[in-house]
Amino acid sequence: MSAISSSNRRDFLKKCLTGAAVLGAGGRMELLRAAEQEAPLTKSKVVIARDPMLRGTGATVDSHRMLTLLDRSLQALFDRDNPTETWKKLVRPGDTVGLKVNTLGGRGLSSNVQLVEAICERLQEAGIKASDIVVWDRDSDEMEHVGFHVSTGGNRMQCFGTDRVDYEQELVTHGSVGSRLSKILTQRCNVLINVPVLKDHDGAGVTIALKNMYGVIHNPNKYHPNGCNPYIADLNMLPEIRTRMRLTICDATTACFEGGPGYKPEYSWKNNALIVSQDPVALDYTGWQIIERKRAEKGLKTLEGDKRAPNYIATAADAQHRLGINDPRKIAVVEV
Amino acid sequence: MSHELDRRSFLQCALASGAALGVGKFVPLFASPAQAAPQKQDDSRFTVEAKFYEKLPNNKKIKCKLCPRECTVGDRERGYCGVRENRGGSYYTLVHSRVCAAHVDPIEKKPLFHYLPGTLAFSLATAGCNVNCKFCQNWDISQVRPEQVPAEYAPPKLVADLAKHYSCPTIAYTYSEPVIFSEYLMDAADAGHEAGVRSVVVSNGYMQEESLKTAYGKADAVKIDLKAFSESYYKDVVVAELKPVLASLVTLRKMNKWTEIVYLVVPTLNDSDAEFQGLARWIKTNLGVDVPIHFTQFHPEYLLKNLPITPVPTLERAKAIADAEGLHYVYIGNVPGHPAQNTYCPKCHRMLVERVGFTASQMLIRKGSCPFCQQPIPGIWHA
Repeated sequence: MSAISSSNRRDFLKKCLTGAAVLGAGGRMELLRAAEQEAPLTKSKVVIARDPMLRGTGATVDSHRMLTLLDRSLQALFDRDNPTETWKKLVRPGDTVGLKVNTLGGRGLSSNVQLVEAICERLQEAGIKASDIVVWDRDSDEMEHVGFHVSTGGNRMQCFGTDRVDYEQELVTHGSVGSRLSKILTQRCNVLINVPVLKDHDGAGVTIALKNMYGVIHNPNKYHPNGCNPYIADLNMLPEIRTRMRLTICDATTACFEGGPGYKPEYSWKNNALIVSQDPVALDYTGWQIIERKRAEKGLKTLEGDKRAPNYIATAADAQHRLGINDPRKIAVVEV
Repeated sequence: MSHELDRRSFLQCALASGAALGVGKFVPLFASPAQAAPQKQDDSRFTVEAKFYEKLPNNKKIKCKLCPRECTVGDRERGYCGVRENRGGSYYTLVHSRVCAAHVDPIEKKPLFHYLPGTLAFSLATAGCNVNCKFCQNWDISQVRPEQVPAEYAPPKLVADLAKHYSCPTIAYTYSEPVIFSEYLMDAADAGHEAGVRSVVVSNGYMQEESLKTAYGKADAVKIDLKAFSESYYKDVVVAELKPVLASLVTLRKMNKWTEIVYLVVPTLNDSDAEFQGLARWIKTNLGVDVPIHFTQFHPEYLLKNLPITPVPTLERAKAIADAEGLHYVYIGNVPGHPAQNTYCPKCHRMLVERVGFTASQMLIRKGSCPFCQQPIPGIWHA
């Protein structure tokens, strides 16, 4: 097979994708999608969608406005007018879709239930059966505590933690990481949508998209030394994660600039935004800058000054990982 | 699937099953972590405020003072060991009385060769560990969080009762890493001593001086796994540091605590002559020639499956180097039938304790001395 020059690699991949779709070669298509994400040749796009009236006059997020905000963010990301068409770019009937939420922060700083409902609504409109959607995190009790209703059967959407099904017995390894993966990831979904929260983290600096994968493994406690570096990057290299990951929808409706990952009202702010991207590194870099701006506004040190800069983001972008882009010149941040 | 038992029925069942229990057998009431699916447990009865930590001024953080890692742990987070959690600015152990493995083992299996030869140890573990050895044989309990393995509620008094029931003069805290369940260990050791049962600890020794003195001060003997004699190995293979472990050995010596050392010889990683020699010299200088050291055979496991079993000649080379340095009690472990499993008098060289596998088949030491030349043999020989 002849070599493909880097200049036309993207076109080549596009043609392959088209061909794969016609042929129905689902597995190959996923791999190619993953490969395309692996080394984007143009700018990585990150969309920040805001709605100052997301909560109306109250404290609770308005479901209708959330759905609209979600649509706006994804239509901007994919340059589409129709929300359903947007989702059809990501999933197709027959897919089993996992929404990996983050509920560690407890009430006040976990993936928003209204956001997850909005995603599920659009997934079903795109042809995904309700029972093929699983909303999950590591622990069912933590999920219930923040407002999710655990559901494990019937034709409804599934919602539960790994505690209900356990982790795989076999270890998977990459670089510094050796872990057992949640059976929800390995056995219950072929598509992964990451739904993290925009948060400060006392060890890693920030916890957004990449670090949310700590909720996929049985031993996250082993990977907090050295600011979680290179553990976060190595973890996200696991094929079981990479080949499934399609999109990150970061819940930045309430965000945290200090004292994370647990919820501390004094260090949180109502940001009323979503941050979406197919490049988790670019998204994390962008989210980090948002947190830094908030810290500056509040008179706090930079994370670097606090000796906890999120260096794992650069590691995730390096030549050994290539999980995305962390160079701001190559990240297109679109605010809508 | 394991099920909860109240203390009475637990003990009754334990007693009933005891008649059929042989040496080295699994105590059947504790479900096998490798086979059973985890289940939700009532955490509250296993949750006790930790003893070794300090509260930090900001953001409800704490600093753990149990081991040299000194994890700074934010609210709702756990330390590296995975069994201690910050809840609202206070730090809790989640594994007090939360036993995930229990066996009746020969004391030789720990291994402790100079401690009550031929006796049994009621051996138990909780989930968790403060290091992450790539060769861990028990990673399915040591490298998990407590909620990920089935466990039984075994309060200290029950442990002491079970040890007595199984004719074990000793409780052994082993399999995972006792440092991370120090509070439980201390309480169980106290309960054991009240009932006339001793305690021994099988540990990596990676802990702070205060916690070592407080927790292991309760033990009657300690076995330390000295994983290597280089910082690079500790950093890369163990995810810890050598220096604090050496400091622990010196502290145990100062405490006059009976201590034996195990050195797992891993082919190509910690098996050089220079490392064996450095180790033997350090022991001789800092601990004395009478501290037993066991060079044991590695078997591929966990994250280190690409290396072969340690060749017996490598173990014999290690022993020869340590012998040449003048250490008196150098053993070879995990090689059943090897003559270096026996204890010999350092003066007259007669065999004093013969071992076959984990069984002490002959024990000739009398009143702590060689019966042939009256050379004192250090150890705890009689109950």
